[in-house]
Amino acid sequence: MSAVYILWLRELRRYVRSRAQIVASLGQPMLYLVALGFGLGPVFRKAGRGSYLQFVAPGVIAMTVLFSSVLSGMGLLWDRQFGFLKETLVAPVPRVLIMLGRMLGSATVAVIQGLLVVVVCFIAGFRLQSLAIAPLALVFMLLIAFLFSALGTAIGSVLEDIQGFQLVMNFLVLPIFFLSGALFPLDNLPALLAAVTRIDPLSYGVDGLRTILIGTTHFGVALDAAVLASIGAILLVVGSYLFSKIQV
Amino acid sequence: MICVENLVKRFGSVTAVDHISFAVERGEIFAFLGPNGAGKTTTIKMLTTLLQPDGGTLEIGGLDPRKRAHQVRQLFGIVFQDPSLDGELTAEENMELHGIFFHVPRKLRIARTEELLKLFDLWEKRGQQVKFFSGGMKRRLEIARALLHTPKILFLDEPTLGLDPQTRNQMWTQVRAMNQAEQVTVFLTTHYMDEAERIAQRLAIIDHGKIIAQGSPQQLKEQTGTASLEEAFLALTGSQIRDETAGSADQLRQFAKMWSKR
Repeated sequence: MSAVYILWLRELRRYVRSRAQIVASLGQPMLYLVALGFGLGPVFRKAGRGSYLQFVAPGVIAMTVLFSSVLSGMGLLWDRQFGFLKETLVAPVPRVLIMLGRMLGSATVAVIQGLLVVVVCFIAGFRLQSLAIAPLALVFMLLIAFLFSALGTAIGSVLEDIQGFQLVMNFLVLPIFFLSGALFPLDNLPALLAAVTRIDPLSYGVDGLRTILIGTTHFGVALDAAVLASIGAILLVVGSYLFSKIQV
Repeated sequence: MICVENLVKRFGSVTAVDHISFAVERGEIFAFLGPNGAGKTTTIKMLTTLLQPDGGTLEIGGLDPRKRAHQVRQLFGIVFQDPSLDGELTAEENMELHGIFFHVPRKLRIARTEELLKLFDLWEKRGQQVKFFSGGMKRRLEIARALLHTPKILFLDEPTLGLDPQTRNQMWTQVRAMNQAEQVTVFLTTHYMDEAERIAQRLAIIDHGKIIAQGSPQQLKEQTGTASLEEAFLALTGSQIRDETAGSADQLRQFAKMWSKR
């Protein structure tokens, strides 16, 4: 178990040392908040949907956790390149623990990033629906982080190539974000788009956060949590299997 | 300490390691020599549980790496051909991580980290991130790390590649000191024949997956009627150049290096 802890600690140490990266990764969420939050605000209000900033903030928080956890899960790819992966693979530690330690580390980092964006949201003018249940948002951030760290690790285990990285970003991670309802309401969508949003796991993460933070829901918070937890569990199993097959 | 009989490894139609047999005694320094692509690294990978052999028997400290991988891993330390440190962590943190992986009790880990970092002249730099280390410092740290859990065998896969003669010389002195102090068996590969001649008590030469000669440096020179190990090596393996194509991993490593320098 101490191997899990030290790998978790490693991710945190690496994160804390990459200050430039921390600041850089806040740029995109800020842009979404400011450009979309204020830019689309008037149209959204005219449509009778209230404040767009309120609406989009949970989506931007979910986005941050998504990107951060997938990327740090895929950090496996860099460990392979820089050789550190070999050090973990000759250790007398079951691989599943190695993968777990990395994943918990990635998830923790993603949640910290998410919390930083929460602060940014408050600065931009976002207000909570209820202070009492707000801590529950952390549970959803953890669920999202865990699910996508597992996905990132699974992908990182099979990818051997940095070129594949762009492919994953453009054809998996960005669609997961854009089709999740992070930026638009899920009701009254064309049938095809509605179907796609329903199979996108992030939809449930965004919906869960939105329920807790601003009090509007689409799927219901119980279903949100159940879907995230079960897909997360499946990806954990798949990820462990793929990770155990890595050869150096 | 290491006992290999009729070991075979095939990759598709290519037999990378073709029925090789050798034994290394406890406390011995054994060099495994051969041209590029001869099967050295493949053999090391099989000895260190990273690759499954296709045939033959294999024993590390009396254990079969195929059946008791974790116990065997506890018995050896390895320095890979390519670096395997975490550059973002400090020297001390890299040691800490290794110690925990290899179940070294905390007190012992701290004491031994100090002892080894001092031996390898890295103690003053223990708090520095490894990415700022020179090539020689990184190599020394890798060796120190590999010795942290008091292994019975130390595998060194071309540990001196790209290092200047001063660094190489100092490194071998340190490795020999550990070999004598703790009876660590050393299994090394190298391209520097002068080094092998000076360090190794016994050696084996592998080419095209087969061991073509083994014995002490003296025996090999007598066998081939040559004056130096370098000449003996060329007499045994021929002077044809072996070209290796870079694997996808190597290409990616190049790419990663470019990126990291941005």
